[in-house]
Amino acid sequence: MKSLMITAAEDTASSSPLAVNWAEILVVGVGFVILMIIVVKFVVPMFEKTYAERTEAIEGGIARAEKAQAEASAALDEYKKQLTDARAEANRIREEARNEGAQILADLKDKAAAESARITEQAQAAIAAERQAAVVSLRSEVGSLATTLAGRIVGESLDDDARAARVVDRFLADLEQQSEGANR
Amino acid sequence: MIALTLPAQDGGSFTPPSVSSHLTPFFSIGGFEVTKQMILVALSVVLIAWFFVAAARKRQLVPGKLQFMGEMGYSFVRNSVAKDVIGAKDYRKFVPLLFTLFFFILVNNLFGAIPVLQLPSFSHVSGAYLLAVIVYITWIGVGLKANGLRYFKLAVVPSGVPWYILPLVVPIEIISNFVVRPMTHSLRLFATMLSGHLIVLIAGSGIEFLLAQESIWLKGTSLLVLVGSIAMYMLEALIMVLQAYVFVLLTAIYIEGAVHADSH
Repeated sequence: MKSLMITAAEDTASSSPLAVNWAEILVVGVGFVILMIIVVKFVVPMFEKTYAERTEAIEGGIARAEKAQAEASAALDEYKKQLTDARAEANRIREEARNEGAQILADLKDKAAAESARITEQAQAAIAAERQAAVVSLRSEVGSLATTLAGRIVGESLDDDARAARVVDRFLADLEQQSEGANR
Repeated sequence: MIALTLPAQDGGSFTPPSVSSHLTPFFSIGGFEVTKQMILVALSVVLIAWFFVAAARKRQLVPGKLQFMGEMGYSFVRNSVAKDVIGAKDYRKFVPLLFTLFFFILVNNLFGAIPVLQLPSFSHVSGAYLLAVIVYITWIGVGLKANGLRYFKLAVVPSGVPWYILPLVVPIEIISNFVVRPMTHSLRLFATMLSGHLIVLIAGSGIEFLLAQESIWLKGTSLLVLVGSIAMYMLEALIMVLQAYVFVLLTAIYIEGAVHADSH
């Protein structure tokens, strides 16, 4: 068994791993600059824009949803309030109408009763007045008639029946004429 | 110097893959030596640009699969790195840099885990140097812009330290912030990638070498190497992702320190 010694480093200074190779520096530099330009010009702006749009879409969506939610609940509240108001209003109107109706009915009843009382009273008054007038006129007429008749009877001779009959007829005719004249 | 001692009964020499072979160019065009690393870097730029432009272009509110994956990658860097480290107020303008850095490094690292490509681009140190320098210039620039020249005082003079300790602390701060920081930033990435790559390569060539031995027992040991290398491969894949994350996280931390220098 023999051993073998191998040295891996036959390097000279020029091929030292720490030596600078300017050609490689140039290539890496140019490559890096090109890549950097592409990144600055295209990659970063496009990614940032996508991020911004996404953020906007998500946050905007949430904001819009929240706004719509708030609007909807506000509208619901409004409707409920309006409904309550309307119900109260309807109740009030109904109550008012009922009261008014009762009022009107009572008024009408009162009025009718008053009217009928008035009419009755008027009629009674008229009847009483007519009766009074009749009594008065009758009284005066009967008086005057009796007086006239008595005068005539006394003025004529009462021996002749025929005459007496004529007197009575004349009296009656006068009476009729009188009443006609009075009527006229 | 790496020295390997291998027991070999029937001669034959094992030549493990070395760093110099790792750095050999593919071919050259008019004196310009093209390495595999360069081609992979170019490929990574095309892949990353294609993927993210395709993913981002759809711009749908409810993303499809491609867009979702793209957004996941983007929002990881944007929110988990940039926003969490730099803070919600200032992170926006650093997102492109951090995003580009992360995926540039991640894809180039992962090339090391893809069988045919099998080379993490940053196992070549030059690219790591360059990225660290870009970051270095960036955070110093950011610090100067945010705090003016006072920034250098804020960066090296920690608040709440007694005056008689300052002569000791200030040099340490200068060295650690302005000298060591870019070095460690680049070398951390480079060293982890190179070592991981070499482990995979050595395991692979070791398996090949052992299988070529005539002794059935030696052939059998290749199985052990295979099992071990699969475990190492998994670990490497993890480290590739982790190092991309670490590089970007440190970048974000440096920038944050520069932006809010007066509150440190």
